[in-house]
Amino acid sequence: MAWTWFHRLASPPHLYRTARRLTPWFAWPAALLILGGLIGGLWLAPPDYQQGDAYRIMYVHAPSAWLSLMVYTIMAVAGGIGLIWRMKVAHAVAAAAAPIGASFTLATLVTGSLWGKPMWGTYWQWDPRLTSELLLFFLYLGYMGLRAAFEDLQRADRVSAVLAVVGVINVPIIHYSVVWWNSLHQGPSVMYLGKPTMPPSMLVPLLMMFLGFTLFFGAVLMVRLRGEVLNRERSARWVGEEIGA
Amino acid sequence: MAEINILQAGMPSAASERASAPSAVAVARLMLERDLRLAFRKASQLVQPLAFFAMVTTLFPLAITPELTRLRHIASGVLWAAALLSSLLALEFLFRDDAQDGTLEQYALSGRALTGLLSAKTAAHWLLTGLPLALMAPVAAVALGVPGRALPGILASVTLGTVTLSLLGAVGAALTLGVRRAGALLSLLTLPLAIPVLIFGAHATQLAIRGEPYGAPLTLLAALAVFGMTLAPLAAAAAVRINLE
Repeated sequence: MAWTWFHRLASPPHLYRTARRLTPWFAWPAALLILGGLIGGLWLAPPDYQQGDAYRIMYVHAPSAWLSLMVYTIMAVAGGIGLIWRMKVAHAVAAAAAPIGASFTLATLVTGSLWGKPMWGTYWQWDPRLTSELLLFFLYLGYMGLRAAFEDLQRADRVSAVLAVVGVINVPIIHYSVVWWNSLHQGPSVMYLGKPTMPPSMLVPLLMMFLGFTLFFGAVLMVRLRGEVLNRERSARWVGEEIGA
Repeated sequence: MAEINILQAGMPSAASERASAPSAVAVARLMLERDLRLAFRKASQLVQPLAFFAMVTTLFPLAITPELTRLRHIASGVLWAAALLSSLLALEFLFRDDAQDGTLEQYALSGRALTGLLSAKTAAHWLLTGLPLALMAPVAAVALGVPGRALPGILASVTLGTVTLSLLGAVGAALTLGVRRAGALLSLLTLPLAIPVLIFGAHATQLAIRGEPYGAPLTLLAALAVFGMTLAPLAAAAAVRINLE
């Protein structure tokens, strides 16, 4: 059966070992891509005719924004899998992913406001994208707060999974309502990402950063997942054998 | 007593008795009656969110300016922020008593669809908190210098908006059922999800105050309410079941 590999991941020791084996496969390409993307983006790419060098923060901002949304989706999908098939390790994936996603959201907010200073002349503008990113940050905080509020790990897992699923349904509604709200109050934002006129010397480093950040997330997730599995299985015998205690 | 009727209705009945079991509509009506009757015996709980709403709307003229011409400009924001906060305040009562005395457990065990029972409960909650808020919003609006022709629009938008707020609140209250002193967490969970209601509601109110047609945001508020009615009881029922385990 082609799905055996997936079913085997439901076993914590197998997942632990798989995560350990996969970590370098994520980490090294991530390091190379991010290094290449940074060199390409910060040195080789030409300055923008309008924004000068200020646009270069995009090479961190845009991949972080992409990951902030992707991680939330992963969290919700993992939570859904955990709820439907009662797969406990799926909840471990969601628990391991949440703080990473929150960090990427925070990075997006910080780089966005730093970018805002030269572009808008102010650190904070109620731009629709930044505003919905801020709301996403609150959603992450709520998710982690709910998870932390329960003593019982299984209950924390399942309740927060319901919240993640509710949240992921709401994220597009929130986003489009914010865009709609903003279009009433001010003109379109100055930022245009992914405009088709972007020359390859700018676009290629950006794509490298996107891929590199995604792989970096994979590497951090694998490390955190191992910690999460060890903590959850700390009384199991295989953990003792694994860490040689 | 209404309580006894519900419990009898919920007994796992043999096929022969099933014919005499009350229909889902009858059970929902019984629950609605019971919740309303219980709430009116503790009238102070009903008045508190309303008093809070009045208090919050009083703060703004005191903090900003007593000039009605200037208050009129911020009236929509004041009304909606106050409505959001006071509906949050009322959520605490939604499931608390029923969870403490085991009634909620009996509902879950009754063999009837928990989604239907919770929908009835949410409807009762809306009648007890959302509707009074909607009736009071035009009064507060007049005090903020809003012209009389805007009042039907305000009444309609707050009426529709509070439906969604009650539904979202039911999900939030169900998620935090097992958490003691959940107040701050509950607001962190519910407020980001309620942002679309705030945006469309405040916009409808603003258009009504300016005397412009407010049909579009009102339709969107209605869409959110219908969407919430379809999905929120499912999430609330899942959360209640998890928290009762």
